Amino acid sequence: MVAVRDRQDKTAFAALFRHFAPRVKGFLMKSGTEASIAEDCAQDVMATLWQKAHLFDPTRASVATWVFTIARNRRIDVARKAKRPEPEALDWGGDDHEPDQADLYETAQETARLTAALSDLPENQRVLIARAFYGEISHSDIAAETGLPLGTIKSRIRLALDRLRTKMS
Amino acid sequence: MTIKHHLSDPLLMGYAAGNLPEAFSLVVATHVSMCDECRARLGAFEAVGGAVLDGDAVDMSDASLEACLARLGAPETAVAPKARRGVLPGPIAEYVGGDIENVKWKPLGMGVRQAILPTGKGASARLLYIPAGQAVPDHGHRGLELTLVLQGAFKDEKDRFGRGDVEIADETDMHTPVADDGMDCICLAATDAPLRFRGLMPRLLQPIFRI
Repeated sequence: MVAVRDRQDKTAFAALFRHFAPRVKGFLMKSGTEASIAEDCAQDVMATLWQKAHLFDPTRASVATWVFTIARNRRIDVARKAKRPEPEALDWGGDDHEPDQADLYETAQETARLTAALSDLPENQRVLIARAFYGEISHSDIAAETGLPLGTIKSRIRLALDRLRTKMS
Repeated sequence: MTIKHHLSDPLLMGYAAGNLPEAFSLVVATHVSMCDECRARLGAFEAVGGAVLDGDAVDMSDASLEACLARLGAPETAVAPKARRGVLPGPIAEYVGGDIENVKWKPLGMGVRQAILPTGKGASARLLYIPAGQAVPDHGHRGLELTLVLQGAFKDEKDRFGRGDVEIADETDMHTPVADDGMDCICLAATDAPLRFRGLMPRLLQPIFRI
């Protein structure tokens, strides 16, 4: 992804496409999108990833997380039900700063830990979380659901918060 | 700025999943613009979304990569985000089309003013202007009501809410918000059901003011 961002490397893009386009398609189909539309949208999402590559910061999010946010926004566009207000962007100090290697490593570690924690969950809880992200469970139903193991994300929150504080100070 | 009252996990998760009514999304996006802690929590929920997405793949058609490569143009270049000036955080400023001086207020009586923001179905959003020391008629809720303070502060039976704080009220809550003395209070309020007023006059006026 960094090769795509910094060098507009189309070979690297092709590798990302082979990994993520089928996953975006699968995600959108699980979210209730018909297969042919999901296929078109997966292409749109990957084209957006190329277009907006400058916004990707590997110290803040994994590629999968970043692709997820693009796919989610595309799904909202397609449903045309509503706009999506976005938070103000933060100024992270321009795009010419060298990412801190320790930050990169920690983010990758946290992502691996999160993925492992999710796959270790009992089947019913894992399905519940997936369904929430497919947009099948409303916020009030999430609130009513006591079984959601949200504790698994707590260390990720601390890490992100530390990083926000150092960047902002 | 010290924010004491934050967004709940279900609201952040619903926003991360892209599954909130637009009016609630506006409250979440605005609070996150003001609150580093909730920005970090939102990032964690989006990471869960990333892990979910990374799970299941469905084969793309053979020609899809070529088709996608063919349409790639020049990538956008980075633009530093604009620093906020004024009272209204970016997400609300977009709905208002400017800052606080561009809000088209409608009087609600007793100096209280509101401006309904154009959001999609499922919930409604409004800006409320409460003069210093003034009370909003006591009311309860049929659904969920989120109130985010943009300027000044208010107190109700539960607590005091200052700039950046969000109060999450549901059908069990009946409250009478009173703006602090010294500064007029401006809030963003979103609800997914009409409010329930205790007094007769506010109830009669409700259909007129679309509260």
